[in-house]
Amino acid sequence: MTAPLLELRDIRKSFGGVTALDGVSFQVLPGEVHALVGENGAGKSTLMNIASGVLQPDSGSILWDGQPAPELDPRRARQLGIAFVHQELALVPQLSIAENIYLGRHPTTPRPVVQWRVMLERARQLLAELGRPLDPSLPVSRLSVGEQQLVEIARALAFHARLVIMDEPTAALSEHEVARLFEVIARLKHRGVSVIYITHRLKEIYQTADRVTVLRDGRHVITASVCELPHDTLIRHMVGRAAQDQFPPPAPPPSPTTALRVENFTARGRFHDVSFSVRRGEILGLAGLVGAGRTDLLEALFGAAPADSGRLWIHERPARIRSPLDAIRLGMALVPDDRKAKGLILGAPLIWNVVLPSHRRFLIRSAEERSQTESIARELRIRAVGFDQPASSLSGGNQQKVVLARWLLARASIFLMDEPTRGIDVGAKAEVYELIRRLASGGAAIVLVSSELEEILGLAHRILVMHRGRVAGELPREQATEEAVMRLATGGVA
Amino acid sequence: MTAMPAWLARAASEALRRFGPLLALLLMAAALSLLSEHFLTLDNLLNVFRQSAVNALLALGQLTVIITAGIDLSVGSLLGLSCVLAAMALKAGVPSAAAVLLALATGAVLGALNGILFTKLRLPHPFIPTLGMMNVARGLALVLTGGFPISELPSPFRFWGAGAVAGIPMPVIVVLFFCVLFHLFLTRTTPGRDLYAIGGNRQAALLCGVPVDRRLILAYSLSGLMAGAGAVILAGRMNSGFPLAGVGAELDSIAAVIIGGASFFGGVGTVLGTLVGALIMGVLRNGLNLLNVSAYWQTVVIGAVIVAAVWVDVVRQRAAPGR
Repeated sequence: MTAPLLELRDIRKSFGGVTALDGVSFQVLPGEVHALVGENGAGKSTLMNIASGVLQPDSGSILWDGQPAPELDPRRARQLGIAFVHQELALVPQLSIAENIYLGRHPTTPRPVVQWRVMLERARQLLAELGRPLDPSLPVSRLSVGEQQLVEIARALAFHARLVIMDEPTAALSEHEVARLFEVIARLKHRGVSVIYITHRLKEIYQTADRVTVLRDGRHVITASVCELPHDTLIRHMVGRAAQDQFPPPAPPPSPTTALRVENFTARGRFHDVSFSVRRGEILGLAGLVGAGRTDLLEALFGAAPADSGRLWIHERPARIRSPLDAIRLGMALVPDDRKAKGLILGAPLIWNVVLPSHRRFLIRSAEERSQTESIARELRIRAVGFDQPASSLSGGNQQKVVLARWLLARASIFLMDEPTRGIDVGAKAEVYELIRRLASGGAAIVLVSSELEEILGLAHRILVMHRGRVAGELPREQATEEAVMRLATGGVA
Repeated sequence: MTAMPAWLARAASEALRRFGPLLALLLMAAALSLLSEHFLTLDNLLNVFRQSAVNALLALGQLTVIITAGIDLSVGSLLGLSCVLAAMALKAGVPSAAAVLLALATGAVLGALNGILFTKLRLPHPFIPTLGMMNVARGLALVLTGGFPISELPSPFRFWGAGAVAGIPMPVIVVLFFCVLFHLFLTRTTPGRDLYAIGGNRQAALLCGVPVDRRLILAYSLSGLMAGAGAVILAGRMNSGFPLAGVGAELDSIAAVIIGGASFFGGVGTVLGTLVGALIMGVLRNGLNLLNVSAYWQTVVIGAVIVAAVWVDVVRQRAAPGR
């Protein structure tokens, strides 16, 4: 067996009394793709921050190439050849691809003069080696998320990284871009570079990884070759209990009354001529690639960024929605795609985040707000230290439940849900699915946007596919397969 | 660092945020009472409070704006213009009560204009409209008076700035009145809470149905209103409406709010903290006077205190257990 490139031995780390890692050992072999999975809070990010020198362990040792690497800091880690591609990309949007790749290490001779031609040429070579010949003089702001990620990976290669750590690299990518990322990972592997791959999407592990390590509650559970660890077993290791069927039984058939009808909705450059309707009790899946206009459409329906033209009926009555306040008064709810940027007021108490839309009378009624929040938090099993704690103190899954709780309290009847399970762990996902189903069987109309196709296929009664801002087609549940949806989503014919 | 339970560390950090400025004020007062026998006399303390009154009023308005992650650079100039307009009205024979209302209305209306310019013209940052208003209002005050003060105001008007009830100076009473009002507004009403929500995350607040533009306009008009109130107190105390009243006052009010523990990033700040912040500045000036430190050096000290106060807050946040 080859010697590991990176070895972490018996790593312990706690934050102010909370144990994040409890004696975790972990090895990465040269040239392997090693997936790291676990629910939120399992300790994946802490472990990787230690591996890249961002955090120092309380105890335990780090070996690089068989040599101890004590007092690893980010600078030293970079020198050794460890690169971290973060979830939030760390690029300067105004600068070119080449400048971003060589940021802080521009090739220069004599010392202060940048050799632009050399830099552009090297950048071009790197991108070509990664199989994406982009023009290195383009500003990064003009690139898609997937391309920006590629620039980060190229940056890692530019300083001869031997280990690239990727934290949920596919969270913001379309299926098409995911496939391209996997190609890049294969090329990295071919060059002998090791990759640690953190993800919540278990399907991807089987497509790209050699081995997988599962963490749970700060402990190492298992490391195994991916072919020895089928999907069900993997989930069982992650949650520590038997994997139940991920999706609840389908919601009962919808009632015949229409809850929301949209005709010819258009916003220049965002979406065109969109028409559809959702009945009470119906879950309408809205599929499409990232950038197909789904988020724009939902935000326009909700009045956050009004459309240029189009008509709308709520419960068969014509409606005009000019602001989110109008939408809320008509019983609509938006669960936005980006929890932190649009969903929560992170610094404000949990209780405010729940009551803000529903408690609009001039004087605040604290007791009433508290008791209502308590009962809805119990119903949704929100785990929080206290309701006056800032929302930022909650885990991702609980934060998302707070956003959902807000609209349950407001007694919304039409839910626009944009990626409601993005970045939350398996257990919380199952709870969100169950809640969606329960809302629908209670008579709510639900428009569900998700980039995880199986989610839409598992929950929706009917699926609308968008492509480049237009409705490309509609599929009833019975005819909806991944292939059929992807064909429409990529511009093909059903 | 020894392991402190996370909840205890968080509670300690929270307590430091809420009561840190108050603690600093008490320590300063204790030190000054040892250094100077004149400091801890009723007369002197009332004097400190009276001298801090105008800054405290402006700071209350500034607080509502800073909570929304904004800033109001125009309050000093609005104070000047309100002073001048009230004095001109009094000279023209308008009754005192009406002149007081005129000063308040001038501030509130021009403050609302700040908010309207910021929200409806979608200017990128409140710095821009309030910087514009700062120059426009000051310019108007100078144009209207030709640069000369308007002196000798009628005594019913002067009562607000120079009078007293039961030995308590009117400015002190006015400040306490507005402190209670703003505290209730910010902590007990939905519009008040909306301001914190907007400062915490404007987009999320909007998507929760908060009428963001209306609330921002309200915040800026409250800030203007307080400039008008400050004008009444100052003109009364000085017995004149002078066009250069309140030059630089906007920066003092911002300093008081920040020393009082509010965050420039929005979503955080209390009336108690802000009042304490204004008093810290007043006590510093008063104490340095008593110790015969020149006014020039006082400015140096105040500057250092502003930076130190924010630095303490940054250290506190870094020490707080992360997510």
